[in-house]
Amino acid sequence: MELLQAINVTKTFAGHTALNCVNVSVPEGSIYGLLGPNGAGKTTLIRIINNIIAPDSGEILFKGEKLKQFHTGLIGYLPEERGLYKKMKVGEQALYLAQLKGLSHKEALKRLKYWFTKFEIQGWWGRKVEELSKGMQQKIQFIITVIHDPKLMIFDEPFSGFDPINVNMLKEEILEMRDKGATIIFSTHNMASVEELCDHISLVNKANIILEGSVRSIKQAYKSNAFEIRIKDLQYPLPESLNNQFTVKSQRKEDDTTIASIQIHENNSVNELLQSLIPLGRIQAVNEIIPNMNDIFIQQVNLSNDNSNKE
Amino acid sequence: MIIQIKNNSMSKINLIIKREYSTRVRKKSFIVMTILGPILMAALFIVPIFLAHMTSEKKMIQVVDETGLFGKIKNSENVEFKFLSISFIEAEAKLSSSKEDGLLYIPMNTINAPTMVRLISEKELGINVKTYVESQMKTLLRNYLYETEGLKTDRFEEIDKKSDISVTTAIMKEDGKAEESSTELSMVLGMFGGILIYFMIFMFGAQIMRGVIEEKTSRIVEIIVSSVKPFQLLMGKIVGVGLVGLTQFLLWIVFTFAIITVFKTAFPEKFTMKQTEQISPQNSKMLSAKEITVEKQLSSNDDGVNKVLKAFKRYNFVQIILCFLFYFIGGFLIYGTLFAAIGSAVDSESDTQQFMLPITIPLIFSIVMAQYIIMNPQGSLSFWLSVIPLTSPIIMMIRLPFGVPVFDLVISMTFMVVAFIFNTWLAGKIYRTGILMYGKKINYRELYKWLKYK
Repeated sequence: MELLQAINVTKTFAGHTALNCVNVSVPEGSIYGLLGPNGAGKTTLIRIINNIIAPDSGEILFKGEKLKQFHTGLIGYLPEERGLYKKMKVGEQALYLAQLKGLSHKEALKRLKYWFTKFEIQGWWGRKVEELSKGMQQKIQFIITVIHDPKLMIFDEPFSGFDPINVNMLKEEILEMRDKGATIIFSTHNMASVEELCDHISLVNKANIILEGSVRSIKQAYKSNAFEIRIKDLQYPLPESLNNQFTVKSQRKEDDTTIASIQIHENNSVNELLQSLIPLGRIQAVNEIIPNMNDIFIQQVNLSNDNSNKE
Repeated sequence: MIIQIKNNSMSKINLIIKREYSTRVRKKSFIVMTILGPILMAALFIVPIFLAHMTSEKKMIQVVDETGLFGKIKNSENVEFKFLSISFIEAEAKLSSSKEDGLLYIPMNTINAPTMVRLISEKELGINVKTYVESQMKTLLRNYLYETEGLKTDRFEEIDKKSDISVTTAIMKEDGKAEESSTELSMVLGMFGGILIYFMIFMFGAQIMRGVIEEKTSRIVEIIVSSVKPFQLLMGKIVGVGLVGLTQFLLWIVFTFAIITVFKTAFPEKFTMKQTEQISPQNSKMLSAKEITVEKQLSSNDDGVNKVLKAFKRYNFVQIILCFLFYFIGGFLIYGTLFAAIGSAVDSESDTQQFMLPITIPLIFSIVMAQYIIMNPQGSLSFWLSVIPLTSPIIMMIRLPFGVPVFDLVISMTFMVVAFIFNTWLAGKIYRTGILMYGKKINYRELYKWLKYK
């Protein structure tokens, strides 16, 4: 079931279109990646989902219901531009922000105690935020984002500025929350983390969704039927076309091993490729080349930019 | 369900108000201002009284008494009277060439109209001289009335009223014409109220602006507006800071009175005028014992400060204080929303300059116009400035002690409410876009565009 749907959402700022008829549906219990270059409209979409700004047209459905202000109590949001009151004490501030999310004073205190113990930061309670390091502040921000057990969590560039230890901790927490049934929307440029965490993605460029689907199916769709083959004792280089059936896209030589990337045409199989290669040398390894998200990202964004430039 | 949500959003605004309030009243600057303010204000009351006692200079006052009733007026260590037997017009013409400081004119009909007495001088004689003259004349007139009308208890009140002499002071201009200035107390009161409002709007308006900038630069604002509507945050902040302002105002009043009371107890002689003989011998013969005690009580209460306070009595203080509260709250809200809008549109306090101008101009203009308003409190310019919402908080406070028609007040207050609603709408639109806008230089055209966002 879809936890969240954006239907034909359009938002314009003084002549500049930030979102153009965007459709997104986030399955419940998934980790959903919202990808796109800077200025693509990701943050605008996230702000609309958080009910911070209103779309010009279109609507957001939360569990099939039109999004209202009280839904913000079910959403946890870690914005890209985030910070805390510098002069305020950590505990007092966490308590205030937790209560703004709708928790009672007592309940907020109880949950904060739990999280502060979990992250072993009880000693920070009475300290001012300005005394903490950036990494420490981010821990507090994370706690505040999840304190009210939201159904939907939205992280906008969550890993920027985190050190590797904190990144790991954050990833573990996110996966744990997903396993407990929470839905997570991720907005990021960090493709490695997308591949690692996300089940579904949307690629936004220039206010439009240019790609949407599950990570696996997208990768399947964008693989080019190419294989990387390592052959020893081969007469280098290979001809560009093998038997008029296979195209050698690239090749290089490392000592006596040739590493070639070869594309199979649609009606051929790997077996046939190998048969034609066996006589040429000793085959050491065959791997299907599956495009990583980074490549797909760059390829798709460039493609859509080219298209829009032509128009 | 809907009611629950409403309560919920109200309790969130309350949370915001509570935070804004409690963080501010705990600040050192608040505590320092709370202590310094009353010291300054008390000094405003106390220093003139000390100064008045320190001046050894004796004021010589000529008297033209057409009634012939006030021949027994007593000299004091500060005031000496000299009776003239010429007409008022002659005396007035000669005043500037004479060595006396002032001319007291008691016209024939003073008995029926106790406010007709005029005290003309080239220089300000000061409130001490005025109140001394008033109290002297009052005693003499009352004694005269008792003598002529007899001591009937049911006439006491009427006699008190009839003998309530109010001296109109006037300053002699170079062209030889006297200009009325009985209004000096009204002037002081009006200026005081106007400047106080000016000062508080600036001080607490700037606090709102700084609070908004702080939330923006510390980047916490987006975290907060994911829980509450930007408008709720805006209102919570304005109300919170406004309550801090009211708290400070209240503490100032309490502390000022405390300080004055302490001084009054510590230096009672400074606050007491030389007691003058209140009851003439032949009168006291006629007074019964009980009435004498009443009389004595009355006169023993008549010390210097009480005289000043008595002079204050002709003002409707309930009206002035209520109006002050209304115009402070109204002015604060009107300007506070604008200050918040500015804070949201900029990235740091140094960028606020270009937007501050339209806010500071009406405020400074009001203060500049104060002198004119005091001279013509009922003029049409005074009327318009006290009705236009951006100038009305200050100008109306200045006009108020001179007496303002209810009609003017109603229009002014109505415009104020309308302006508040409009400004809140305007500021709300700018604020919710501005707080999420980073690193962009904003100009007026940009702000105008924000108004049109959905």
